[in-house]
Amino acid sequence: MTRITRALAILRAVLREIFDEAAYQRFLCRTHAASSPDAYAAFWREREATKLRQHRCC
Amino acid sequence: MKSLLSTLAWVAVSLLAAAAVGVVAVHRGEPINALWLVAGATCCYALGYRFYSKFIAAKILALDALRATPAERLENGRDFLVTNKWVVFGHHFAAIAGPGPLVGPVLAAQFGYLPGTLWVLAGAVFAGCVQDFVILLFSVRRDGKSLTEMAKEETGVIGGIVAYASVVVILIILLAVIALVVVNALKDSPWGTFTIGMTIPIALLMGLYLRRIRPGRVLEVSVLGFVLVLLAIWGGQLISQSQTLAPVFTLRAPTLAILIIVYAFAASAVPVWLLLAPRDYLSTFVKLGTVGILAIGIVVMHPTLHMPALTRFVDGTGPVFAGKIFPFAFITIACGAISGFHSLISSGTTPKLIARETETRMVGYGAMMAESAVAVMAIIAACVLQPGVYFAINSPAGVVGSTAAAATSTISNWGFPVTGADMQALAAAVGEKTLFNRTGGAPAFAVGMAHIFSQSLGGTEVMALWYHFAVMFEALFILTILDAGTRVARFMIQDALGHIYKPLGRTSWYPSIIATSALIVALWGFFLWQGVKDPLGGINSLWPLFGIANQLLATVALCVATTIIIKMHRTKYAAITLVPLAWLVAVTFTASWHKIFDSNPKVGFLAQAHALAAGPATAATARLIFNNQLDAAVTAMLVVMVTLVLVESVRQWVGVLTGSREARIIETPFVMTRLVEEKG
Repeated sequence: MTRITRALAILRAVLREIFDEAAYQRFLCRTHAASSPDAYAAFWREREATKLRQHRCC
Repeated sequence: MKSLLSTLAWVAVSLLAAAAVGVVAVHRGEPINALWLVAGATCCYALGYRFYSKFIAAKILALDALRATPAERLENGRDFLVTNKWVVFGHHFAAIAGPGPLVGPVLAAQFGYLPGTLWVLAGAVFAGCVQDFVILLFSVRRDGKSLTEMAKEETGVIGGIVAYASVVVILIILLAVIALVVVNALKDSPWGTFTIGMTIPIALLMGLYLRRIRPGRVLEVSVLGFVLVLLAIWGGQLISQSQTLAPVFTLRAPTLAILIIVYAFAASAVPVWLLLAPRDYLSTFVKLGTVGILAIGIVVMHPTLHMPALTRFVDGTGPVFAGKIFPFAFITIACGAISGFHSLISSGTTPKLIARETETRMVGYGAMMAESAVAVMAIIAACVLQPGVYFAINSPAGVVGSTAAAATSTISNWGFPVTGADMQALAAAVGEKTLFNRTGGAPAFAVGMAHIFSQSLGGTEVMALWYHFAVMFEALFILTILDAGTRVARFMIQDALGHIYKPLGRTSWYPSIIATSALIVALWGFFLWQGVKDPLGGINSLWPLFGIANQLLATVALCVATTIIIKMHRTKYAAITLVPLAWLVAVTFTASWHKIFDSNPKVGFLAQAHALAAGPATAATARLIFNNQLDAAVTAMLVVMVTLVLVESVRQWVGVLTGSREARIIETPFVMTRLVEEKG
């Protein structure tokens, strides 16, 4: 049971990372901000300078 | 006892691999079951990972779990971040898995299932996985530097310039060719066009939801978006049956090309949160789900492969694309075997997330194995079709004729019987008017996938839904790459132009955004238009050009890797990158030679230009002649650039080996990790 729980936790972590939820949480922690439309906009401005400059494969 | 059991287990895996690959390789005449491919691939990957990657990790790279990675040393909570290895694996796989491993193997299936399968397995285990693994590790040891930066440092300034220029050229050709795949999948298809069109308002809705209603709740909104996409697929069926609405969504290839060009320009210029990001999430959600479902579907349904192991087209007379099995099978399939583009991902985000050096093996080598497995699934999806059907879908009208009677007669005369009634019934089953001349690989893959699923889930009654789900999946996937690729290319051009005139380098300055977006879209739009107007279907000229460009980038990556290995005084093991490098040089240089100089007009760009010049002179002919000459010039330019990198690399190797040059490794000094201490 523990293994299954652990596997599900990892799967959730993978999905949260792929879908930028974890990155947004880290952004909120780092900037000491609460989740809001403005905070999300600021997150994406920062994201544009890093993630969106990376290549995506064919 | 445990060691003995382990040895016995690996002996059993080896025997099963030999048996399965043996059956795939020597079986002739009768159809074989897809499970042989699945078993052979699984065992080869297991053996490659367990033994070959471990050998590379231990003997050549000397992975050191005690050496702090840039994620630990430079952690900033943004791009540098210590991350769980499975999370990095998923992240890396999602970045490297594009439409390439689905389209390339489907096109190469014209040679039969055997060449593609063997190349995907051997290419991945001995070349592609190795490239991704070593470049990832070398980037980790250099603070996450990009391939371009490493090429400049290790092989000289020319290496850096060539890597940069190759990336720009590859991006432009890639964007054109994948846009062409979408055009060919959607032309004259009101159902598909409506469904894909609806993904734009769905993505906008998701963007607004994420920004205004529930900021950051991406998984939640992705599920919502997925449900809406399923509704759009269902709605597409109603549209296709409507007397008034069906004609509105029945578009010809040139119209679709213009719409896609306009869309990509808009997507590159609008705020990222509004369209690009939500579409990316939706695409990733659908992609991961569909790949998983397809894998389960193939194992559970274990369909029969109707395509022969080898077809008569190994001689170079293939209708899907012209050219002999060597070298063209090996440039047609890139992403499933080895793809230069992967080296950009391995030296991009991923090295900045790795917690320990030892994890580069699983992430670099392992994720590429998963990608290769996707390519095997694509081969299966294409080869479950009757060969006559496969060729009817994938052959351009310029080769088999523009009427159903002409096409079926030509294809049947090749020894692959197919009738107009067969094709009509299949088109009706998948909700299309016709499936003839649907070049590009995506429709054939969609029909194959629908065929596999319809054997159990819902039967043939829902085949149309499965087909359009598959088309939607591929088109969504590709349009996301178009959005993101156009934007990345825009950034690259802005960076370069910023050195000439500073404001042009500002990514938030709208005149610069508009100008550079227009430039990029015009460049790939030109090649797309060329493909749409090409009487041979466009794929015949553009896909090999893309394959050559992509494999030449892999050549640059392997030059960098070999140079570093030699500088590390591991020369006796340099063959692990040198042999794939030699193979790729042979493949890409031969393919380039054929594409430029082959006397067959279906293969050689210059021969085709010459043949056109000998015919009646019209405006269309003049344009086609220019296009062919341009394609030849682009290919020649790429080969010259990579030759310069090769020469520079060989000079480095000879210098180091003869002692006339210092073997200076430019990597970050060793710093002891704190992660071990923290763990206790």
